[in-house]
Amino acid sequence: MSKFMINRRSLLKGTAAVGAGLATPTIFSSKSWAAGYTNEPKGGTVTFGFNVPQTGAYADEGADELRAYELAVEHINGGGDGGMLNTFSSKALKGDGVNGKKVVFVTGDTQTKSDAARASAKRMIEKDGAVMITGGSSSGVAIAVQGLCQDAGVIFMAGLTHSNDTTGKDKRANGFRHFFNTEMSGAALAPVLKNAFGTDRTAYHLTADYTWGWSQEGSIKKYTEQLGWKTAAAVRTPLGAGDFSQYITPVLNSGADVLVLNHYGRDMVNSLTAAVQFGLRDKQVNGKDFAIVVPLYSRLMAQGAGENVKGIFGSTNWHWSLQDEGSKAFVKSFGQKYGFPPSQAAHTCYCQALLYADACQRAGTFMPSAVGKALEGFKFDGLGNGPTEYRAEDHQCFKDVLVVKGKENPTSKFDVLEVVEVTPRSQVEYPASMLGGELGPYNNGG
Amino acid sequence: MDAILLQVLNGLDKGGAYALIALGLTIIFGTLGVVNFAHGALFMLGAFCAVSIKALLGLDKVTLDPTQTTAWGTPLEVRQPYVEVWFGDWGATLLEYSVPVSILIAIPVMLLIGIIMERGLIRYFYKRPHAEQILVTFGLAIVLQEIVKSIFGANPIPQPAPDSMQGMIDFGAFLGHEAGNVVYPIWRLTYFLFSLGVIGLVFAFLQFTTFGMVVRAGMADRETVGLLGIDIDRRFTIVFGIAAVVAGLAGVMYTPILSPDYHMGMDFLVLSFVVVVVGGMGSLGGAVLAGFMLGILQSFASMNEVKEIFPGIDQIIIYLIAVVILLVRPRGLMGRKGVMEG
Repeated sequence: MSKFMINRRSLLKGTAAVGAGLATPTIFSSKSWAAGYTNEPKGGTVTFGFNVPQTGAYADEGADELRAYELAVEHINGGGDGGMLNTFSSKALKGDGVNGKKVVFVTGDTQTKSDAARASAKRMIEKDGAVMITGGSSSGVAIAVQGLCQDAGVIFMAGLTHSNDTTGKDKRANGFRHFFNTEMSGAALAPVLKNAFGTDRTAYHLTADYTWGWSQEGSIKKYTEQLGWKTAAAVRTPLGAGDFSQYITPVLNSGADVLVLNHYGRDMVNSLTAAVQFGLRDKQVNGKDFAIVVPLYSRLMAQGAGENVKGIFGSTNWHWSLQDEGSKAFVKSFGQKYGFPPSQAAHTCYCQALLYADACQRAGTFMPSAVGKALEGFKFDGLGNGPTEYRAEDHQCFKDVLVVKGKENPTSKFDVLEVVEVTPRSQVEYPASMLGGELGPYNNGG
Repeated sequence: MDAILLQVLNGLDKGGAYALIALGLTIIFGTLGVVNFAHGALFMLGAFCAVSIKALLGLDKVTLDPTQTTAWGTPLEVRQPYVEVWFGDWGATLLEYSVPVSILIAIPVMLLIGIIMERGLIRYFYKRPHAEQILVTFGLAIVLQEIVKSIFGANPIPQPAPDSMQGMIDFGAFLGHEAGNVVYPIWRLTYFLFSLGVIGLVFAFLQFTTFGMVVRAGMADRETVGLLGIDIDRRFTIVFGIAAVVAGLAGVMYTPILSPDYHMGMDFLVLSFVVVVVGGMGSLGGAVLAGFMLGILQSFASMNEVKEIFPGIDQIIIYLIAVVILLVRPRGLMGRKGVMEG
């Protein structure tokens, strides 16, 4: 008769064996092991998350972004006329989805508020299974959502964000920006301002008091002071100040002969309107014609300022009047579907959706680290901005920058701006280390 | 000195808007006892009356030009406003003066909106606590602004003043200062004078008409007026309509100063409440005085010289003044005894 003895060692061994046996079916099917990254698509579809302002002051811009995303999804899945897929230098996408999966999408409302934008992005990732997040109309929102996507392990393809910080001190490995930034605006505008107004000028800055405004003011001051311009004052104005007359009137007797409005959206419309009302556009100071500069123009927003934009210089990421094949294809596609031309926000969002899809196709996976590597250093053309590169060091796109001017004789309400200069990429490029920050490692989540 | 003069002038138009909105708020509070957080929305609706009139006057006759195409390949639409097609230069002038013309349309429209608001919603809250009045009127304001946004979009819509009123007046030259140093846009001066005119009309109406006398009596003692057999509720409905008209006119005339958007009412609402409190709850004269005073002080606080000493003062000056005045004079500048006290 054999003895059946249980000691401590055999109990531990037995427990471990039984535990392993029970766990076996779940270990190999659990999401964290089988998927390997957050929201790996399993079925025949892959979900993109479009996080745009659907309410609030930038709702119109958000609506245009959403139109562009819907068009991009249509083209990626093989619908419509193909738009810029026909002109895109990469031919990886065949119009049959991405990696054999049809693209579907979910949307979120950023409200142009960081906390709301993070909440909607989180919902799309956790509840809707979005494998990437893209969109937005504010740098504050972009930086907040970029951080969230880094932590969640999904790629963030930024929408309209112009602050240096997005791909500078706040850059993240999982984040990519197609839109240009304030550093590039300053570098592109400076030579044009020199030609138009000379080197003996005194500038007065009115600056929106938040991350983008500070960034824009810093860049434009740097480049204009390099020209020899002096800075009379740089005044911070609260976001959404409404009537800016109390900030405009001190300019009248400041000795400045240039007013730089580091404002965007509604603030730009209101400050420019007040400046024109107080006669700054027609004023003479120091024997020179007074000048107004709006470093970041948006055609969509400039419409709100009406005739006040006439003759005023600024920069923009893209404009629908460009005559390259990519721009023409996009404007045709967008215009036929919606009846009006796309904004620069729509353009950058459309490009971001296509670039992400293309990178996934080339990588053969949706895993963030692999997709990121496919985007890093990627050189492409045919998307409306000429030859472009996603710089590996900071995930910032480098391309030519457009300098525009408010059109004197517009032919329609969309025909507000005219391109006066295409500043080549070489003039707006800067070392990646200049703006600080660290990309850090990719996060695949899981 | 020039800078100070400029900021005084600056405060006048802004103060005019505050005073007009606060006047309506005070009339409603004084007569109906309602704290109306939808009053900013009435200012915004007035502005969008001007937008709508301009859009109606600017309705285009569209013809397709087959010889030209848009950038997206469709035939080019050639647009010309019907008023210009039908009335030639006179039509073009009418379109140019759409903002002043809007005043005539805005008066009956805003009166109607005010009466509908009062009969349809506000009257059910006369005897309810102020907190409930605030909640329901604030909710109404959000509904109204979302409706406007769904129709007109979120972007500001430019409403230029007529060409003849787009220049500036050189006050510097009048006062012996260097020419061009103290200038003030004609339209802003027009707005200031307009606001004085409307304020004068409201005061005259309340002071010199039988209707106004009854309303003032009702503000002082509603129950006694009711006991005298006067239908005070019907009159108060009209008073609400008049307050809506005052806010609406303030909005119409403000459109060339600030391109209207759906949110503009909210921007003015909180400041106008501060104006009412500083002026004294229920005091019409106090509302007007505080409106201009706070408008001018807000402009002064935005001067660089002031901001260098007190950074950020421009954003809090109105609230700071309100705190100081309420500490020194809890009823506000011209507040009446017994109003909002216990």
